[in-house]
Amino acid sequence: MRSIWRTWRGLPRDLARDVALVLLADGIVGVSFGAITVSSGLPLWLPMLASLVVFAGASQFLFVGIIAAGGNPIAAVLAGLLVNARHVPFGFAVGDVLGSGWRRWAGTHLMIDESVAFALAQREYARRRTAYWACGAGLFVCWNLGVALGAFAGTAVSDTDVLGLDAAFPAVLFALVLPSLRERATGAAALAGVAIALATTPLLPTGLPVLLAVLALPVALLWRDRSKAETREETPCPRR
Amino acid sequence: MSAQVTLLAAVAVLAVGTYALRACGPVLRERVRLPQRAEEAMTLAAVLLLAALVATAALTEAGGFAGWARPAGVLVGGLLAWRKAPFVVVVFAAAATAALLRLAGVP
Repeated sequence: MRSIWRTWRGLPRDLARDVALVLLADGIVGVSFGAITVSSGLPLWLPMLASLVVFAGASQFLFVGIIAAGGNPIAAVLAGLLVNARHVPFGFAVGDVLGSGWRRWAGTHLMIDESVAFALAQREYARRRTAYWACGAGLFVCWNLGVALGAFAGTAVSDTDVLGLDAAFPAVLFALVLPSLRERATGAAALAGVAIALATTPLLPTGLPVLLAVLALPVALLWRDRSKAETREETPCPRR
Repeated sequence: MSAQVTLLAAVAVLAVGTYALRACGPVLRERVRLPQRAEEAMTLAAVLLLAALVATAALTEAGGFAGWARPAGVLVGGLLAWRKAPFVVVVFAAAATAALLRLAGVP
């Protein structure tokens, strides 16, 4: 607990402000998750337990949606796991900021879209680690508080679309990955990945189209190699 | 088996499975020493996933079109981010645009 507090105190001002804003927005979405789940007739413990032990918003909404519509629990679990499969590549990308021992096991649970995006947006290692932990731990607290509040308060904020929060989530992620996208090879591959994901969305179950965006990875790698080769050719050879 | 027990078991399986998915990267990274190029590819893959997530979250809802208000909000936020506006401005502008459009009756 104390080390989490130290992380927060040691947070640069600009980073702290940005993370706090995301915590606030996601906390409100948490309230809606608690309220929607309970008001659709599911038990009070379900949203709170799921938020603590699963801690992945998109899969929680999908899971509860399928159960509330009378769907098969096995189908709900599989759908949730499919949405969460993107954490496998995320884990490879941010695995170095988790540390070792208990920190690594705790840090693994805090791996979510926002904490990964915040970490990837930082250049230096120390800042990457601070951003990941501040966003992950902060969201764990705010998300769970929000969900509990929503579960008990009922339908207070069940429709966060009125507040436009459904538009805030993609905007947050876009602002965080934008610095990476400005590099041409990455930007081109991202466009290809986006096209693949959007084209397959009507055909495939939720979660799979996003994963297929990784198919654009060779585009970026080949592009990078080619532009490296070109710069090498352009560099004048030293003559004797 | 009662409905509550089934539900509890389902949440438990989802939780364990999700944790396992999250643990793959950190655990395997330690076992295998990855070359520099592979490390770069991993970071790149995460960026591609996040970009695809932005697009699908902005435009689609349950396999169909999400309506105009949300993509419009994301577009405004995205343009501001492109012009290097502060993060707070980007997020508020995206939410406010979508909220105001809905208030005006745009779905």
